[in-house]
Amino acid sequence: MKIAVCIKAVPDTETKITVAADKKGIDTTGVRFVTSPFDEFAIEEALQLKQKHGGDTFVFSMGGAECTDVLRDALARGIDNAVHLQDAAFANLDPLSTAKVLAAGIKDGGFDVILLGQQGVGGDNSQVPAMLAELLDLPQVTVITKLEIADGKFKAQREIEGAHETVEGTLPVVLSAQKGLNEPRYPGIKGVMAARRKEIAVKNAEALGISGKVGADHASMNLAEMATPPERPQGRLIEGDTDTQVKTLVQLLKTEAQVI
Amino acid sequence: MASGILVFVEQRNGAIRKASMEALSEARRQVGGKEPVVALIVGENVKALSAVANKCKPDKILVVDNAQFAQYSTEGYAAALSTAIKMLDPRYVFAANTSMSKDLLPRVAARLDAACVTDAAELKVVGDKIQAVHPMYSGKTRGTFELKSQVSFVTLRPNVFALTECENGHHAEIVDLPVSVDKIRAKVTETHTATEQKIELSEASIIVSGGRGIKGPENWGVLQNLCSVLGAALGASRAVVDSGWIDHQHQVGQTGKVVSPQLYIACGISGAIQHLAGMSSSKVIVAINKDPEAPIFKHATYGIVGDVFEVVPKLTEELKKQNA
Repeated sequence: MKIAVCIKAVPDTETKITVAADKKGIDTTGVRFVTSPFDEFAIEEALQLKQKHGGDTFVFSMGGAECTDVLRDALARGIDNAVHLQDAAFANLDPLSTAKVLAAGIKDGGFDVILLGQQGVGGDNSQVPAMLAELLDLPQVTVITKLEIADGKFKAQREIEGAHETVEGTLPVVLSAQKGLNEPRYPGIKGVMAARRKEIAVKNAEALGISGKVGADHASMNLAEMATPPERPQGRLIEGDTDTQVKTLVQLLKTEAQVI
Repeated sequence: MASGILVFVEQRNGAIRKASMEALSEARRQVGGKEPVVALIVGENVKALSAVANKCKPDKILVVDNAQFAQYSTEGYAAALSTAIKMLDPRYVFAANTSMSKDLLPRVAARLDAACVTDAAELKVVGDKIQAVHPMYSGKTRGTFELKSQVSFVTLRPNVFALTECENGHHAEIVDLPVSVDKIRAKVTETHTATEQKIELSEASIIVSGGRGIKGPENWGVLQNLCSVLGAALGASRAVVDSGWIDHQHQVGQTGKVVSPQLYIACGISGAIQHLAGMSSSKVIVAINKDPEAPIFKHATYGIVGDVFEVVPKLTEELKKQNA
């Protein structure tokens, strides 16, 4: 079985985010990049599928130098091959252009399963998996919390509002991982050492055959401005004994806030 | 020339989502009567639902009604939406930001080489174009996006855009849209409903949420009683989800759900950045926590320093008394 995992390097979720001076993105000074948390579930699932079915695993990441560490981390966890999709034209791409770059990297690989996180933390778009599936003309199951693969068929459980759906079909398929799919492993010392010696393949726009097809001039949308949301007004502490506090709160919610 | 807004009105099991009606209401406000607003309903035996959609006064309702659409499938519904777009040539396609739309709209956007903004929390009009404001980094920043394609897709965050319904009989023209689906390669074979959560978190207007301060999974009942009185959904912090006290479906925060209810009651939640990211756009935040230094109090509209197990039952009783 041949498995591809697409991962994104994102600012650590505990990072304080500040908007850059040009208002076109965030200030990345001193920001530590990590694997987007949902992508960790995708990596783990790929490793478990390989353990069960054998085969070869590949990890892809599009972006600048920040991708190197997350690709090495994926190798350290046990992924066999890493591909860095890197080009000046790939900076700040919208979800559709990102999907185009990933599709170019993946399309001729003969993959049976293509895994991604259900959302790249930060951009918070949840679009790339479905777009990638469309560009590759493959079926998709997004936001999965369970997966079984046998005899060239998949059976996945997908999270929807207040319920789960079981979705079935035939490989190949694009799947996006939700928290709950598995428990991601941490890389061991041996893995980290081995990953250091592994080579990361680098492919640019030309190698991918998409020169002049992605980049700011070809984007279907454009980030006009990034801003920090307004601060919440100062709240108030309700004093008194519990009975007084509770009565006051109910009164405030009814008359002042008018939300109950 | 492209004109108007097509709104994908989501139904499951014969019920239209409230958030879809919000999207339809917002589409009306955006065009201000100058361009057509068309609703699209897809399913089996769904024609009667046009009466519901009519409350938001669309100019036309397209209905795709066929056994093939009884269950949601990405490819089937993508064929329906693409067909409707081809027929109408709209400038924008709106939908509620739900699990179905997030699965469907990006796929169709890629098919049409078009822009897509998910989870828009605000729409701005610049010239004759709509710009979509999308909260990023879990709401720590907001990106304003210009949409440059001929047709652009936007999913609207539930509970943010006002619902404007009228009761006096609007009757939009109803058009049957024939759709041929050549392949559905991923099929829904079963649906398991989670019985414990009746109100979906992202659409709930009131959420009662619990963190470490509730001490253990055996104490959810205390919060559930408050939920029942308020008609609220039950949320949770990452800490308690990771400890296995409750299913991930309940998690509010950066790696859980982002919610914008009218009222968010945080019980025994300290207020880690992770959690604040998921709920700081709530209209009113109430924090109940023993620790007066807990960061959650900096974000709360109303704070009570006190024991959850003392405050919450009394609050439940007080509300019951007032409702009686």
